Amino acid sequence: MAAAATSRLEGLRSRGAALGGVIPPVSLLLVAAAAGLLVGSLRSEVFAQLTVQGLALGAVYGSLALALVLVYRATHVVNFAQGELAMATTYVAYQLIKWGLSYWEAFFATLAIAFALGTVLEVALVRPVQHRSVIAAVIVTVGLFILVDGVVNWIWGGDFKYMPSPFGTKVYDVGGVSIARLYFGMLGVVLISVLLVWALFRFTKLGLGMRAAALRPAESALVGVRVDWMLAIGWGLAAVLGAVAGLMAEPSQFVLEPTLMQPILVYAFAAAVLGGLDSPAGAVVGGLAIGVSLNLVVQYVPSISSELQAPFAFAVLVGVLLLKPSGLFGRREVRRV
Amino acid sequence: MRRLLPAIVSLLVVGGVLAGLPFTLSAYHVALAAQVGIYFVAVLGLNILTGYTGQISIGHGAFMAIGGYTTAVMSQDHHTNLVLTMLMAFAICFVVGLLVGLPALRLSGVYLALATFALAVGVPQLPLKWSTFLGGRDGVQTSQTVSHLWLYGAAWTASAILFVLAWLVLRGRIGRAFRAVRDSEIAAVASGIELPVYKTLAFGISAAYAGVAGSLFVLATNGFAAPDEFGVILSLQLLVGAAVAGLGSLWGVLAGAAFVGLLPSVSSSVPVIGSDHGRDVVFGSAVVLVMLLLPDGFAGLLARLRRFARA
Repeated sequence: MAAAATSRLEGLRSRGAALGGVIPPVSLLLVAAAAGLLVGSLRSEVFAQLTVQGLALGAVYGSLALALVLVYRATHVVNFAQGELAMATTYVAYQLIKWGLSYWEAFFATLAIAFALGTVLEVALVRPVQHRSVIAAVIVTVGLFILVDGVVNWIWGGDFKYMPSPFGTKVYDVGGVSIARLYFGMLGVVLISVLLVWALFRFTKLGLGMRAAALRPAESALVGVRVDWMLAIGWGLAAVLGAVAGLMAEPSQFVLEPTLMQPILVYAFAAAVLGGLDSPAGAVVGGLAIGVSLNLVVQYVPSISSELQAPFAFAVLVGVLLLKPSGLFGRREVRRV
Repeated sequence: MRRLLPAIVSLLVVGGVLAGLPFTLSAYHVALAAQVGIYFVAVLGLNILTGYTGQISIGHGAFMAIGGYTTAVMSQDHHTNLVLTMLMAFAICFVVGLLVGLPALRLSGVYLALATFALAVGVPQLPLKWSTFLGGRDGVQTSQTVSHLWLYGAAWTASAILFVLAWLVLRGRIGRAFRAVRDSEIAAVASGIELPVYKTLAFGISAAYAGVAGSLFVLATNGFAAPDEFGVILSLQLLVGAAVAGLGSLWGVLAGAAFVGLLPSVSSSVPVIGSDHGRDVVFGSAVVLVMLLLPDGFAGLLARLRRFARA
């Protein structure tokens, strides 16, 4: 029995290289958390609304966190500009809609543009500094942060912009609790994008190549994987996920402004670290966890008011780094002396 | 002595030029030059941490905030002498830096970058929480304000003192230990260097420098300390300054400070892009270009020129 369980675990580990290998204590923890949320939601209407809203926002954080994780896995760079890129692509969608495209036409066109943008940035800016030092790479993305912010302010100005709502203003009645259609829409769009990216990595040859290039660049080059291309595509996919996050964050904030993604980047960092910086599944779970807990904590813990949201998220981040740097799902980095 | 001669001569020249500047510049430019002095102190401090011990920090704006609020609160509530508040900022930030350095012992590289980014985001939010003591969003105002000239003098005097202090610290035993930690922690430990002592010490010194810079920074904004001034962007600017200066060198710091202190103002007066936002475009592209073209920053360029001159 024990042996069977171990071998199953081994199987999971080897099969789920891209997923970082789910370990039982963590799944128990997650099941318990989900049960707690369910019980709370059944007992209180406000709790249920906050939970659903938190999950929807958390999906957005998770999507951006997944973008960070993809970039980190591909190039070992933490992209501080990821949020600003997401914001910029959201402005692109705004412009396309203004030019007469429908919301969903603009949505898909924006994703294509984001992909191109991400690939170009990897080739032009990241590749030269990638192997130099952590500090050099961080500073390049910091420069990109300032640059993108400036460009968007320059082209579109800093004032509020409004986009049509993709999901209307309909409100559903779920077992006596009223919940906006928006939140289901956000959750749905993000989860579908995440699933598609997962399927790409899991079931296609391209995905296999990308995983190989990220984990063992030299060996994959030997067996004929175009490592450079794979890393660039990784950045492109990350930009696409970022764009999804931006496009879904906009309706939740109701306005589009250049600082749209700055707080969200903060939560996405916390989510990525909570899940484990090299674990895609961890990023999504981490995002949902951060989204729900922020929403509930601000409502139910009187001493943490909404201005303490960002410090709270970062207290989580620092706590995770100190107690378990590999996060919930990440693998421990083993360094050879 | 011969080896030190070029260094001493260039120091004297730079010092002379700095002493003469206020007599030739307009009030606006004196204020700008004071601004550069403030960044000089902060970038110098960050360079000790990131350049000499290899610990990246994207959170030095937080230490500046602590130093700045020390000055503002002490001046408002107790009418303390402003120079004295700078010394207090130095001491308080030194202690806070040591405390931050302790958890940082467990982190390195990207993870340390993220954790210090947390400081940059979190600390400026604290005045909103404890608003009776720290003034909330409206900030705290010092009881007296200073002239541009006073600020210029204070900033560059502090720069000179702290530069000499940094040089003294870094040239001896401590500096050698710092560099050993940066180059290989394991080799450093094997040679008998107490890793925790030196890593936290570097954090403390570096935070203390940032504290003094924060103190001056508040005086430069008419003695007004508010959360928005110490946003994430400030921390990012300091890191950019340290990188442009060249990590692990004291000589480039002037260039790094001038880069972050002057470029935004200079580029907003350039035609075509001369709007508020064009400034960020220029600054951002400059950062990226410098990192791509001058991997070792200005100090690397200097070293290359020196080699070229000798050959």
